[in-house]
Amino acid sequence: MEIYKTASQLRSALESGEVSSEEWVKQLIQRIESLDGEINSHLGLDKESALGQAKAADQRRANGESLGALDGIPISLKNNMAIKGQKLTCGSHILENFESPYDATVVEKLKAAGAVIFGRLNMDEFAMGSSNETSYFGTTRNPWNLERTPGGSSGGSAAAVAAGFCPVSLGSDTGGSIRQPASFCGVYGLKPTYGRISRYGLVAFASSLDQIGPLAREVDDLADVLTAVSGLDPKDSSSYPETVTGGSSELNGEVKPVIGVPKEFFEYPMDEEVLSSVKAAIAYYEKQGCEVREISLPNSHLSVSAYYVIATAEASSNLARFDGIRYTHRSKDAKDLMEVYFKSRGEGFGEEVKRRIILGTFALSSGYHDAYYLKAQKVRTLIREDFSKNFEDGVDLILTPTAPTTAFKIDESIQDPLTMYLNDIFTIPANLAGLPGLSVPCGASSENLPIGFQLIAPHFKEMSLLQAAKLYENGNEAHLVRPPLGN
Amino acid sequence: MANTPDFDIDYVAKLARLDLSVEEKAQFEPQLGKIIEYFQQLGDVDTDHVEPTAHANPIYDVLREDEPQAVFEQNVAIANAPASQAGQVVVPKVIE
Repeated sequence: MEIYKTASQLRSALESGEVSSEEWVKQLIQRIESLDGEINSHLGLDKESALGQAKAADQRRANGESLGALDGIPISLKNNMAIKGQKLTCGSHILENFESPYDATVVEKLKAAGAVIFGRLNMDEFAMGSSNETSYFGTTRNPWNLERTPGGSSGGSAAAVAAGFCPVSLGSDTGGSIRQPASFCGVYGLKPTYGRISRYGLVAFASSLDQIGPLAREVDDLADVLTAVSGLDPKDSSSYPETVTGGSSELNGEVKPVIGVPKEFFEYPMDEEVLSSVKAAIAYYEKQGCEVREISLPNSHLSVSAYYVIATAEASSNLARFDGIRYTHRSKDAKDLMEVYFKSRGEGFGEEVKRRIILGTFALSSGYHDAYYLKAQKVRTLIREDFSKNFEDGVDLILTPTAPTTAFKIDESIQDPLTMYLNDIFTIPANLAGLPGLSVPCGASSENLPIGFQLIAPHFKEMSLLQAAKLYENGNEAHLVRPPLGN
Repeated sequence: MANTPDFDIDYVAKLARLDLSVEEKAQFEPQLGKIIEYFQQLGDVDTDHVEPTAHANPIYDVLREDEPQAVFEQNVAIANAPASQAGQVVVPKVIE
């Protein structure tokens, strides 16, 4: 039996009786145990719980009470989303022993849809990083090449899907953390519109930017998961009232969107092979009868600065809660209350998290707030308006590279934070503007490293993104190529 | 904002209630200096008549009925605290 299945393939196999959810989950566990030692995409996996959920799904199916598209489908989660009774570490030493007392809203919704809550996936510490190298629990390795990073911060979510450890995963994206690893690992990664999916139970990094989204090997799977987890949540007052409806049944790829190609994005230095792959994708859309227009996003060169001011400022405030009082780690050397704060945080946080707390605290500090934080928020308005103007002029979607390079080598960039931050140049603007963005696998380099392009749509137009991705998927095979894992 | 401002890592670390080792300070100072220097590009942008964006899709005045709902039991709420006693979180002596 083929184990490397997408969620929709697994659904067919479950419906035809070729396999049960329980048998398949057992095989996935075996696959993870034999192959994830080197990749290190998992921080944990509650096997008993997963097998119990799979058994229950099989029982429902046998009784003719199946809950729909996701019933019995295993879905793994980046370990910054709360699963009741399971570890919630965020890849950090400070939360090493933290067990969540409740389920995140996305977990509640997945459970209600019958999905099997599966692995807890590795990530950059508190989602701060672009390579998974800042995880306290060790770097994740790219299934395509073990000397390379999987990208980050949802590196575990992308690597696990690429390696066939789960058909679908959830990641979170603050500045590209779903799309960039998806690109590096050759899978799809969707960052929905800000507010589309409840953030309740997602450990906060930068609250005005964070968004949960799915990673998968097929466009249909993204649609089904998005439909299951989106919608209004009374526990997240920034969540949007309407749910995405219809799921994969509404996708046929019969669209001809007007595609905008921002000239500024193609002026940044990038790998030749990335450029030619993305150009080939543009040519494909033209051949399908889509109008392709050169457009301008004149403030995009400011996005990295604006983003790193806003994201670190919000992070410094959000991470103030980890003070040694309530959340598991307290320094043994602390003699008074101040020392509890200083030492617990000093011991508990890793290097990149400390760097960002310092940067964000500086940007908010007396005398600098207006020059940095307020200024960055104003520049954020300019970047948002750049997008609106183009969408008002009739552009349906914007197409760019997802990242300027393919997966870089482990240890190559980690010592130079500014260079690492500049790698996020293509993904950050969608977060600042709150727009949905999707990375689509579109080929590989001569070193057999995956390449992705990014589509960006107006607010709440995820289905347009997925339709356009389906149009590409129908005529291309990049999403079918598997990493060389020996099976 | 033409010149890179004075960046005092000891002062900022104190504001952040964050212990940094001597090595960390020596490493962070030039790295953060370089990043702050890069941020100076924001200063050159004319934003005199631009409103700041705090949230990309602002939704305002989200209200709900004030009805009691189930919450965590006390023992669940403090289960992750590093020290507790009689259902309370223990902290070092605060008042002399």
